[in-house]
Amino acid sequence: MELLVFGKNGWGDELFFATLMTLAVAITAMLIGFFFALIFTPLKISKNKILNFIGNFYTTVIRGVPELLVIYLFFFGGSTAVMFVAKIFGYEGYIEINAFITGAFSIGIISGAYSTEVFRGAYQSIKRGQFEASKVLGLKKNLSFFKVILPQMLRLAIPNITNVWQITLKDTALISVTGLVEIMRQSHIAAGSTRDPLLFYSFAAVLYLILTFFSMKVLNKLETHYQRGH
Amino acid sequence: MISSFPKLLNATLVTLKLVSLSLIFGIFLGTFFAILRTGKNKFLKNFSYYYSYVFRGTPMLVQLFIIYFGLAQIEYLRSSFLWIILKEPYWCAIIAFTLNTGAYTSEILRSAFETIDKGYIEAGQSLGIPKNKIFYKIKFPIAIRQSLPAYSNEMILMLKGTSLASTVTLMDLTGVAKFIISTTFKPIEIFIVAGSIYLFITFLIHTFVKLVERKLEYPK
Amino acid sequence: MIRIKKLILSIFAFLFLITSNTYADKVRIATEGAYPPWNSKSADGKLIGFEVELANVLCGYMGHECTIVEQDWDGMIPALRMRKYDAIMAGMSITDERKKVITFSQGYADEVASLAVMKGSSLESLKTVEAVNLSKGAKKTLKTLTTALAGKTVGVQVGTIHQNFLESGDVGKVNVRTYKTQDEVNLDLAAGRIDVALAAAVAFTDYAEKSGKPVVLVGPTFSGGAFGNGVGVGLRQEAQFGSSTAMGKRDGQLLKDFNKAINKARKDGKISELAIKWFGFDASM
Repeated sequence: MELLVFGKNGWGDELFFATLMTLAVAITAMLIGFFFALIFTPLKISKNKILNFIGNFYTTVIRGVPELLVIYLFFFGGSTAVMFVAKIFGYEGYIEINAFITGAFSIGIISGAYSTEVFRGAYQSIKRGQFEASKVLGLKKNLSFFKVILPQMLRLAIPNITNVWQITLKDTALISVTGLVEIMRQSHIAAGSTRDPLLFYSFAAVLYLILTFFSMKVLNKLETHYQRGH
Repeated sequence: MISSFPKLLNATLVTLKLVSLSLIFGIFLGTFFAILRTGKNKFLKNFSYYYSYVFRGTPMLVQLFIIYFGLAQIEYLRSSFLWIILKEPYWCAIIAFTLNTGAYTSEILRSAFETIDKGYIEAGQSLGIPKNKIFYKIKFPIAIRQSLPAYSNEMILMLKGTSLASTVTLMDLTGVAKFIISTTFKPIEIFIVAGSIYLFITFLIHTFVKLVERKLEYPK
Repeated sequence: MIRIKKLILSIFAFLFLITSNTYADKVRIATEGAYPPWNSKSADGKLIGFEVELANVLCGYMGHECTIVEQDWDGMIPALRMRKYDAIMAGMSITDERKKVITFSQGYADEVASLAVMKGSSLESLKTVEAVNLSKGAKKTLKTLTTALAGKTVGVQVGTIHQNFLESGDVGKVNVRTYKTQDEVNLDLAAGRIDVALAAAVAFTDYAEKSGKPVVLVGPTFSGGAFGNGVGVGLRQEAQFGSSTAMGKRDGQLLKDFNKAINKARKDGKISELAIKWFGFDASM
C-alpha cells in the first residue's frame, strides 16, 4: 500500500495526474468526435449517393477495425499525412504533433464514428410531421433546422451519447503507444518497476470505475434536464 | 509484403477461434446473469448488477492484465490446480473476454426480457402452460430475437476486442501484424492489410445476423 | 460546394494551428524507459538509466539542446522514420537487418546476451562453453543448446536481437513467446509461464537483484552474428528524405555530431564511468 502514497517514493501523485490526463484526453476526444459527427452525419443522411458513400465508409471502417489498429495507423501515418498536406501548401519543414493531440485525435476519430451513428439515428427518428409542420409555418430551412430539428435531435441523442462517452473513456486505455502517460501507461510503468502488477492494475480498474461513476452522474443530470416536458 | 499474407491468414484463424469461444461461453454467462437480474432474490440481483457494472465500466485491457499478470503474482494460486488454466495465455484471454462479453450480453438480454409484451406471457398462462415452459418456449425465444441487433454489435465489439490478445503473447491477427512490422518496419501497409481482414469478418458477421434475423421474423 | 471548400480549408487551418509546434534545432532522443539498467523510470515518473545520463552528456558535447522522449519498443524504428524524434538510445544493438532501414552511430556500449531460468529448473545444470561469438562459428555449443531447448517455451521481448536469434533456426525450432517489455518477460519467468528467457545478461541480473527472485543465468553468453555489434545511437538514413534536402542534411549532420561526441566521451572516460555506475562493470566500447 505504501506504493500508492503521494510523493517521491510512491506512485500516488503520478497516478492522480494520469487520471486527470485520461479525463482530459477523453473529453478532448469526445469533442473532436462531435466535430467529426458534424461533418459525417449530414453525409450519412444526404440523398447524394457519393456523399452517402463517404459517410458510410467512415462509420463502417472505423467501427469495424480494432481500436488498436486505428490508433497505430494514426500514430504512424498522422504526421506523415499532415506533412504531406503542408507540402501542398508550400511548407517543407518538419511538423511535430504532440502526444496529446495524437492520442486525442485517434480516439476522437473512433468516438466520432459512434457519435455519427447516434446523431443519424436521432435525426431519423424525428417524426416526418415535424419537418412538414415547420415547412407549413414558413420557417426557412436554416431556422427550422436550428430551432426545431436540432433541439429534438439532441434530446433523442443524449442517452446514446452517454454510451459513446463510456466507449471513449475506455478507449483511452489503448493510446499508450503515443507515449501519453494516462492511467493505463502509468500503471504499466509502475507495475513493471515495482513488479506488483496485481496492485497497480486493480487500482487502475478502480480509477476507471470512479471516472465512470461520476461522469455518469453528470450525464444523467443532463439527460433529465433535456427530457423536461416529455 | 506478399509473403506475409499467409502468416496473417493463419493468425486470422486464431482470432476467429478466440472470438467464437468467448462468445459461446459469454452467451451462457450472460443468460445466467440476466436471469439472476430479472429474478426475485435481492442479493443475486445486486450481485449480477455489480458484475455487469464493473466489467462494463473498466477497459478490457485492464481486466486482461489483472487476470494475466495480476493473478500470476499470487503464490497460493500458482500452487493450486487453477494454475493449469491460468498458466496458459490462451485461457487467460478467453476468461477475460468471456467475463467481459458476459456482462454486455446480460445487459442486452435483461432489457429484452423486460420489454417483452406482457400479452404473450398472459396468453401462455391462460393456455395453462407451466411457468418454466413459458420461460423456455415463450420468453426466451422472444428475448433472443429482440436482442439480435444489439447482439450483433456486441459480436463486432468482441471481434475487435480480441486484438488485445496480442498483449499477453498470443499471436492473433494483431499480434502477427505487429510481429511482421517489427521485422519489416512497414507499419502502415501491414496495418491496412490486417484492418481489411477485420473489416471483412465484420461484414460476414453482419450478413450472418441479417440472415438469422430474417429467419426469426414474425410471420405476417 | 463553396461552403464545403471553406469547411475543408478551415479543417486544415485547424490542423495546422494545433500542430504548429514546428521543427526547431532541438534534438529529440527516444528511449523506452522499461529496460533497466539501460533505461527505466523512477517512482517520481522521471526517465533514468545509463542511456538517459549518457544522452545528456553527448548532447552537452554536441552543443545541442535535447529532449528525451519515451517510446514503446515495438514502434521505436517506425516512429524514428516518421520523424517523431531524431535519435534512438534504447539499448538498441547495431544489426544488419536494422541497418537496412536506419543508420547507427558507432557503438557506445556492448552487452552480452544470456539465457536465464528460475532456480531449480532442469536447465540449470546446462553445460556449455562460457562465451559464444556467433560470427566465429559455434556449431557444437549451438547443438547442445538445440537439444536443451527442445520443447521448452522461451520468452523474449518482441522485435529484439534475442527474438531474431531464436527464430533464425540456429537452435532449432523453439517455442517462442514475445512480450511487449522486458519487465513482462521477467514477470512470466518468475511466475513459471515460460521455462527460460533470453535477453541482455544485465537485464536479468538487475531483475534478480531488485526483486529478490532466484533468477539464474545459464548457458553461454552470446555476441556477434544475429546479436549485432554493440549498442549505438539509431538515426535516420541521410537518404531517406533526400541527401540534398534540408531534412536529409540535418540527419546526416546529426550522425557526424553523435560520432564525434561518442569519441570524446570514450576518450575522457565518461562512458566507462556511467557504465560502471549503472551496470557494475565497464560495458563501454
